[in-house]
Amino acid sequence: MSGGPPDLERLSSAIELTPRVLERAANPSAAVDAFATELPAKPVLTIESASGWPSLDLRDMWAHRDLFYFLVWRDVKVRYKQTALGVAWAVLQPLLTMVIFTVIFGRLAGVPSDGEPYPIFVYAGLLPWNFFNQAVTTSSNSLLGNAALITKVYFPRMVIPGAAVGAGLVDFAIAAAIMFLMAFYYGVAFGPGILMLVPLTLLTTLFAAGVGMWMSALNVKYRDVRYALPFVLQIWMYVTPIIYPVTFIPARWRWLIALNPLCGIIQGFRSAIFGRPFDWNGIAISAAVTLILLIYAAFEFRRMEREFADII
Amino acid sequence: MRPIIKVENLGKRYRIGEREPYRTIRDSITRAVSAPWRGLRGILAGDAPARDAGHVWALSDVSFDVMPGEVLGVIGRNGAGKSTLLKVLSRITEPTTGRIELYGRVGSLLEVGTGFHPELTGRENIQLSGAIMGMRRAEITRKFDQIVAFAEIDQFVDTPVKRYSSGMYVRLAFAVAAHLDPEILLIDEVLAVGDVAFQKKCLGKMSDVAREGRTVIFVSHNMASIESLCGSCLMLRGGRLESYGPPEKIIGEYIANELSEDSGQRSLVGHPGRSGSSLQIMTLVRLFPKSGELSALMQIGSPLSVQVDFAAPRAIRPILGVRVKTAQGAPVFGVNNRWTHAGFNGPQLSAGTISCDIASLPLMPGRYSVDLFFGDFGDITRDLDVILDATSFEVYPTDAYGTGLLPPATDGPILWQASWTAQGA
Repeated sequence: MSGGPPDLERLSSAIELTPRVLERAANPSAAVDAFATELPAKPVLTIESASGWPSLDLRDMWAHRDLFYFLVWRDVKVRYKQTALGVAWAVLQPLLTMVIFTVIFGRLAGVPSDGEPYPIFVYAGLLPWNFFNQAVTTSSNSLLGNAALITKVYFPRMVIPGAAVGAGLVDFAIAAAIMFLMAFYYGVAFGPGILMLVPLTLLTTLFAAGVGMWMSALNVKYRDVRYALPFVLQIWMYVTPIIYPVTFIPARWRWLIALNPLCGIIQGFRSAIFGRPFDWNGIAISAAVTLILLIYAAFEFRRMEREFADII
Repeated sequence: MRPIIKVENLGKRYRIGEREPYRTIRDSITRAVSAPWRGLRGILAGDAPARDAGHVWALSDVSFDVMPGEVLGVIGRNGAGKSTLLKVLSRITEPTTGRIELYGRVGSLLEVGTGFHPELTGRENIQLSGAIMGMRRAEITRKFDQIVAFAEIDQFVDTPVKRYSSGMYVRLAFAVAAHLDPEILLIDEVLAVGDVAFQKKCLGKMSDVAREGRTVIFVSHNMASIESLCGSCLMLRGGRLESYGPPEKIIGEYIANELSEDSGQRSLVGHPGRSGSSLQIMTLVRLFPKSGELSALMQIGSPLSVQVDFAAPRAIRPILGVRVKTAQGAPVFGVNNRWTHAGFNGPQLSAGTISCDIASLPLMPGRYSVDLFFGDFGDITRDLDVILDATSFEVYPTDAYGTGLLPPATDGPILWQASWTAQGA
């Protein structure tokens, strides 16, 4: 059969025919009838090109809560694998930053610290900041890091940047434990205000999730984010009252600085730790800005998410 | 009886070049600025601006129904839209037009080992991968022992998978996937992995799935597995549904029509497979299974002449390397006159045609891809132009042994001659 069309009879004999095929060929509808009655009346799922603004589909997110849990768990497990010091890094990083800042800003530059010992003053600011910084950095790169998943399986994409923020909470908890040790060392006595740390941490988490989610989606399309974000975060740190007290800023500019949710959050952290009265207005502004940003970021993410698999 | 999957007028459009590695804001600005000019230039040059210019329809106007319990095979050449269809069905990417109604839970298996992390142990990866593929935590716990047993990794369940052999890795990955139980299962070529014994086990498991009445859509290049697993088959061609029917009939059409269209000639100018540092020297490749007959379709044992036209920036003594790979990308063999020093001691050439004549190719039926390496005897340490997957050819089944039988595809890509003797004790 040189050159002629391929011989189909030869082909079918060349391919192994299993008994299963023959059996089905003889009785095609045998296995099928049992299923006919079980089909739901309405489609379980309809796939269509979406138009206009997307819905958040929180129900789908809830259905994938186990995946969220496992992704957080993976990020935590993997983070310090194959490092000699392991989890000690979670302790060393904030401690070393605190020591450096204390020497440079507390001692050499003589930055005031509202009358508290400078080390614990700056640590109280670094605690939420480091968490925010790390959560935003890892979550903005998270979609790219999980590109293999995005092109191979369906799940609500928001789970990925969300899990990156969630995993940061573990390091935050370790850093917070160190803060309690330091407070004990410096003789800081906690009042009932310390309980405010819980809602303040929640607020920081939501704000980091909003920023991280938004940046992660932008990063899929514009890799500039990867290069620009570290600079933005660095500047952000200096315009946030972390190494200096908010009183350091001229009064007429305070309204501007208050629009930065981290400003209200860090002041809240300090009030909670040092047992001082809370600036409720500042916290309310932080919460409002966080909420607006989070909703905006979520919709923006859902809108951009449609083309992730095509362009990542 | 009502269908469990209804696909209506499905279309998916990609922007050409959308699959670039990534874009920067600067690119977007340049593009936005230059776009109106390009359009204007087109109008001035007298071309009507085409509305769909710069876009390609990976799928268009595809409609079909799948009945509950049906095992549907999808075949077609590379780029026919098979993978896009699965990606749209599994919600990884959105369709541009049309709609799909699914009357059951969907699980997709587009890759083996989705979500595996090398640093995590087998146990941890089962949990993680299971969750990624849509299993609930309780479901994973319930099936854990079955998965470990199926993968045959019991002693290594607490070892990080980066220390696994590739066979163990693939077994574990498939085992997780095989224990998904949605009503609709979408599968893409995953059986092309693992050792032969494990492939048999996978095929067996797939048959069980089909027998349980699960609805399966199965995309493959492997005609033998389509034929043995599927009850019906559809063929895609250029993103359109070409035909639908019993697998034997559709596979026959595919081989008779689709493959004979391969012209055996492909331009290498602007080829997407050209490696980054290559110069564009090779311009055209032609395949001749017999002298004077241009074709990318050949029978088992046919010789093959690979002819490459080239235009180099300076006079050279050309080197041509040809590497033949299976459809899954595994190299089968390579030939290169750099090692054999055959010929080309004559005059230096700056343009011409170089031919590599390969004697009889003992390849099993299937699709093969060809990588081309072009160099200069002046500097044999490097190649000037490298194109991966430069072209491809298809070997169609013939009765090579004269018995009407061929070994199964799982025996590998080489068809070899052997003789047997048996002696009484």
